[in-house]
Amino acid sequence: MAKKSNKGVSRRKFIQGIGTGVIGSAVLPAALSSREQEDGSGTPRHQGQQLVSLNVNGHPVRKLIPPEMTLAEFIRETLSLTGTKIACNSGQCGACTVILDGRAVYSCHMLALDAHGKSVQTIEGMLDGEELHPVQEAFVEKDGYQCGFCTPGQVLTAQSLLNRNPNPTAEQVKAGMSGNLCRCSAYPKIVDSVLAAADKILK
Amino acid sequence: MSARKIAKSKFFFEEDMVESIGEVSDSRREAWDNDAELKVVGKPVPRTDGYDKVSGSAVYTVDKTLPNMAYARTLRSPHPHAKISRIETGKARALPGVLGIISSEDGPDVPWYHGLSRLFDRQVRYAGDEVACVAAETEQIANEALALIDVTYETLPSVVDAGKALKPGAPQLYETGNVMRGKPFQYERGDIEKGFADADVIIAETFTTQVAVHNPLEVHCSLVNWDGDQLLVYDSTQAIYRVRDAIADSLGIPESHIRVIKKYMGGGFGSKLTLGKYTVMAALLAKEIGRPVKIVLDRHEMNLAVGNRPDSVQKLKIGVKKDGVLTALSHESYGAAGAYTSDAGCSWPLRSMYQCDNVKVEEYTVYINAGPGRPMRAPGHVQGTFALDSAMDEAAGKIDMDPLEFRLKNYAEIDQTTDQPYTSKYLREAYMKGAEAIGWKERWRKPGTSAGNLKKGLGMASQIWWGGGAPPAYATLKLNRDGSLRVISGTQDIGTGTYTILAQVASEVLDIPIGKISVILGDTGTCPYAPASGGSMTAPSVTPAVRDAAEQMKAKLISGASAILEVDETALVYSNGVVSLANDPKTSIGIDKILRKMRERVLVTTGARNRNPEGYSINSFGAQFAEVEVDVGTGMVTVLKVVAAHDIGRTLNRQTMENQFHGGIIQGLSFALMEQRLMDSYTGKVLTTNLHDYKLPTVMDAPEIEVIIVSEGDPMISDVGAKGIGEPAIIPTAAAIANAIYNAIGVRIRSLPMTPDKIIRALNA
Repeated sequence: MAKKSNKGVSRRKFIQGIGTGVIGSAVLPAALSSREQEDGSGTPRHQGQQLVSLNVNGHPVRKLIPPEMTLAEFIRETLSLTGTKIACNSGQCGACTVILDGRAVYSCHMLALDAHGKSVQTIEGMLDGEELHPVQEAFVEKDGYQCGFCTPGQVLTAQSLLNRNPNPTAEQVKAGMSGNLCRCSAYPKIVDSVLAAADKILK
Repeated sequence: MSARKIAKSKFFFEEDMVESIGEVSDSRREAWDNDAELKVVGKPVPRTDGYDKVSGSAVYTVDKTLPNMAYARTLRSPHPHAKISRIETGKARALPGVLGIISSEDGPDVPWYHGLSRLFDRQVRYAGDEVACVAAETEQIANEALALIDVTYETLPSVVDAGKALKPGAPQLYETGNVMRGKPFQYERGDIEKGFADADVIIAETFTTQVAVHNPLEVHCSLVNWDGDQLLVYDSTQAIYRVRDAIADSLGIPESHIRVIKKYMGGGFGSKLTLGKYTVMAALLAKEIGRPVKIVLDRHEMNLAVGNRPDSVQKLKIGVKKDGVLTALSHESYGAAGAYTSDAGCSWPLRSMYQCDNVKVEEYTVYINAGPGRPMRAPGHVQGTFALDSAMDEAAGKIDMDPLEFRLKNYAEIDQTTDQPYTSKYLREAYMKGAEAIGWKERWRKPGTSAGNLKKGLGMASQIWWGGGAPPAYATLKLNRDGSLRVISGTQDIGTGTYTILAQVASEVLDIPIGKISVILGDTGTCPYAPASGGSMTAPSVTPAVRDAAEQMKAKLISGASAILEVDETALVYSNGVVSLANDPKTSIGIDKILRKMRERVLVTTGARNRNPEGYSINSFGAQFAEVEVDVGTGMVTVLKVVAAHDIGRTLNRQTMENQFHGGIIQGLSFALMEQRLMDSYTGKVLTTNLHDYKLPTVMDAPEIEVIIVSEGDPMISDVGAKGIGEPAIIPTAAAIANAIYNAIGVRIRSLPMTPDKIIRALNA
């Protein structure tokens, strides 16, 4: 996914730069080539891959990954679970929300390595086989979306909210959902959906 | 087959009058009776794509992958204005994993922006202009390669403010000057001098609106692959056919060799109505390296390079008699196109909303060193309505008339710009029902009379838009022996519910349950043509084509049954998948048997949109009423409630319709109160390139919204009778909120967004 380092100096390069006291185009190629290594196929391989071991949607996962990989990238690219969306890639919109050990987190805003030993639930993990979870059903019934791009994040935040507060008021729903942007602004029906989901689960 | 002919139709797409000469259905079918209860159309049918969206299984363009694909990233100019003297790519090419680089020094010369510039221009005109594009094994390597491209720029003086760009001696973007087309757009009717001479009161004020950025959550992206000379393009687009044809033009290849696909799209709001440079760059790189190429913009690029709502400085002058009759309206404005062609005009509401004989308009669209504008949800109308309906409110105040009464006094019975009647106009009903719902008569108080530190106020504004749809638009239906149906059309569902409403229309005609209908949209390789999803065009253009195809299907089934049963077609009726004798329902035959006897596996029909009626204007109308609370200590505005009463023709789906209104109103609220692109005039850079600095509303900002529909199907538009609603929803919101703020605090804010600092400053002035 899109990295934000296209035009500036990435944090990594910055640290390498201060090691020599200089940041400039002249030192960058050397710094980069020292970090890359040919494996014979022309494809560079990052040194220093690290093992991450975690539980994703009830299944144990062990992968070697570059340490700078975010949890969102790990979920989308390494595991091909594309229900988790990246929209801002800097922890500002909530599209990448997943549930980490029971708590909703922005997966674009943390490293995959920081999820080591933990349990991650993505939108795909909410299904029981092909059956929708009651929260998902409520979003369909109440039309709690338009384009649908922020929806996985909205649904997971709603689930996390209902886990903590099974019978929220509309105001509590608004406060709980306020970390998830919906540019289509389907907000009124998102609130309806979360309230309907609470009813479904309580029944 | 149904009757067809080639006919001329006129319609507006975004703000431009378009004349189409296209194939139309000429069936002259009766429109659905407004008194008849429809079974499916209008009902709150849940979206047919709901499962995909809530389960995470909806695959958006940004989720697509192809085996062996490479990733492309774009090098953009860091300077707002510069000439490129050299591009050195040697170091970047040497980086392991870099596969190809194109730039103005390496790659074909492709005209862009209507020939005003090139895909890679040697003169860059905004910080963000495309300089080079790199394909690599990974996105990270591509990003690293960008940093290794050594570009020598000769910087030029720059200007990022339209007002400054108009001044003598300002830095020039083009040899022909900074005014687009070299002159202002002008419009005049009646005698403006006489109009002002006849006025008892004249209001002259200047209103300003900010640049807003679409910022759909799915970033702009494409995935392309060549198979020999055939190009496959997955694109996050509102306009598959436009993209296809523009790629063909850019690359000089046949349109038939390009297949553009868009299934799910994460928002567009107008930014995805045109071909992006990124798609062509990816196609060129894919050709060069012989691999699929995916290009995904990041949020930073989204705020630089893929469009915006141009800003505006609007000088309005309103002449009015003491009895409330408008005698003259004049509008002088300028707004920024950005660095390339884009229209910043915003006078349409002033020209068309209210009855007025004497009108004069002069609009300058100005080039500045910033990303070019693009249509953004109701282009021009959002800015223009803010100014017009604020000024109308001021005029009502000056003559001591209730703002609602003032608008009713100047109600336009016919189209002011063409003198044609409307096919339908229920704005008066919208005013009345909206006013009733907000409690206007009982609760509207003189401005500034609210007591305490939390001051409440009511305000209202009017809306006009086109959105009547037009031909050409086609839909193909495929009916199977088991009675299941496929609907296929080259339109796009951009989040508005197109998949669902097309299924509803087919279901209504053929009595096939929604669960047995599947809809395929957004594929130029398989779908018949339908227009771009913009201009509130989709529902009014495509649903009649689906109805036409479904009615043909019904006729085909009756015709088949007639041959099989050996009875006259006129003796047969169709209902619920069965054709039977009208006077003896026991003699009947179902879809399965008809198709088997006909030795058909799939019955196919293609329907077309009818032509628009000649001599009439098709417009949608509405009125929005806002209640706000202003904290005069902090300047914070809370919008408590918005009532939206609109004339939209027929409602196709109560639930998705309401949702569109909610979205438009909250985006309008956001334009009124928070979102704006900020630029630094010294560096020429955009300062708001992420979703923290560029303020978007959250669920906490959403007011209570009541949607009231005052219209029924408009039989003059089509036999479905729907008008588009995407754009009408956002048009009057900012003005209604501005007027409510004035009503609350008694001080007028004439500059958007109405942030707390502006309100405090205005209160202290």
